[in-house]
Amino acid sequence: MVTSITSFGRSGLYDWMIQRVTAVVLLAFTVFMIGYMLFSPDLDYQQWKELFECTSMRIFTLMALLSMAAHAWIGMWSISTDYIKPTGFRFLFQSACGLLTFIYVVWGIQILWGV
Amino acid sequence: MLVSVYRYNPEIDDAPYMQDIHIDIPGGKDIMVLDLLQLLKDKDPTLGYRRSCREGVCGSDGMNMNGLNGLACITPLSEVVENDNLVLRPLPGLPVIRDLVVDMSQFYKQYEKIKPFLINDTPPPAIERLQSPEERAELDGLYECILCACCSTACPSFWWNPDKFIGPSGLLQAYRFLADSRDTATTERLADLDDPFSVFRCHGIMNCVNVCPKGLNPTKAIGKIRNMLISQAT
Repeated sequence: MVTSITSFGRSGLYDWMIQRVTAVVLLAFTVFMIGYMLFSPDLDYQQWKELFECTSMRIFTLMALLSMAAHAWIGMWSISTDYIKPTGFRFLFQSACGLLTFIYVVWGIQILWGV
Repeated sequence: MLVSVYRYNPEIDDAPYMQDIHIDIPGGKDIMVLDLLQLLKDKDPTLGYRRSCREGVCGSDGMNMNGLNGLACITPLSEVVENDNLVLRPLPGLPVIRDLVVDMSQFYKQYEKIKPFLINDTPPPAIERLQSPEERAELDGLYECILCACCSTACPSFWWNPDKFIGPSGLLQAYRFLADSRDTATTERLADLDDPFSVFRCHGIMNCVNVCPKGLNPTKAIGKIRNMLISQAT
């Protein structure tokens, strides 16, 4: 048993499950967005705004945003523990990733509800 | 043919180097890499490598031949030589003691972690603990591992975290005891594996399956461990 305090859920199984669930959400969101853009050839700002004013779309987008944050953290954490061996540098890298993810989430929410 | 061998003797060399040796194979026969090493040793007795059974059972002569891990004793030249060239290196990722001899301590430490012995706290029967043929068949493809370390040293996850990731070989053995109907420590064994490193550093790239000289499938065993972890979780 390896003790870890910086991983997402501290259990390998939990992280593994979250990684897969969030991947499905991100796939669904990506497929929806590509499909939406393909089926709306004359997409304009008004239509785009109306799409994101809809509560269900906001829920879906926020879900995708939070999924991206969790998915990215697990992935970047994994990469950092593989390749960055000095603890100080690794902590710095992980802090930067965490801060950036947090900023993206808050900024994303602001954009989403600012429409 | 031209053989390029990794040489390093820490007592006299500052750094490892590759030694190029031209050698003629007697009668042009398709000999095993281990036989070739013997020919090289006849030329230069300072060359160091491990060998014992010379028939793929003891797992001593695992090495990297033209970029692929395998046992020198059961790998014919025709399988690895390209353009009359052969590059021989020690197993990647482990500290080199000398030439093709590596320090396997880290590998064995991971093996030790998975408690590679039967645990059963029920009173022992008079003769032996019986298994049905079906229960015994569950161990096929697992017990044959000879701990040659070809798989674990071909795995990047093991290279980066040899102290935390158990590695394909250790995990194959972990599943060998999880799958054993006579073992009663399944819950404890699984609890020991549920961290982000021990099992979950495996990303399923299957280098281990690609190189296993015994044709075993550690990736499949790791998948089964993961399934056991999932099914016992809530």
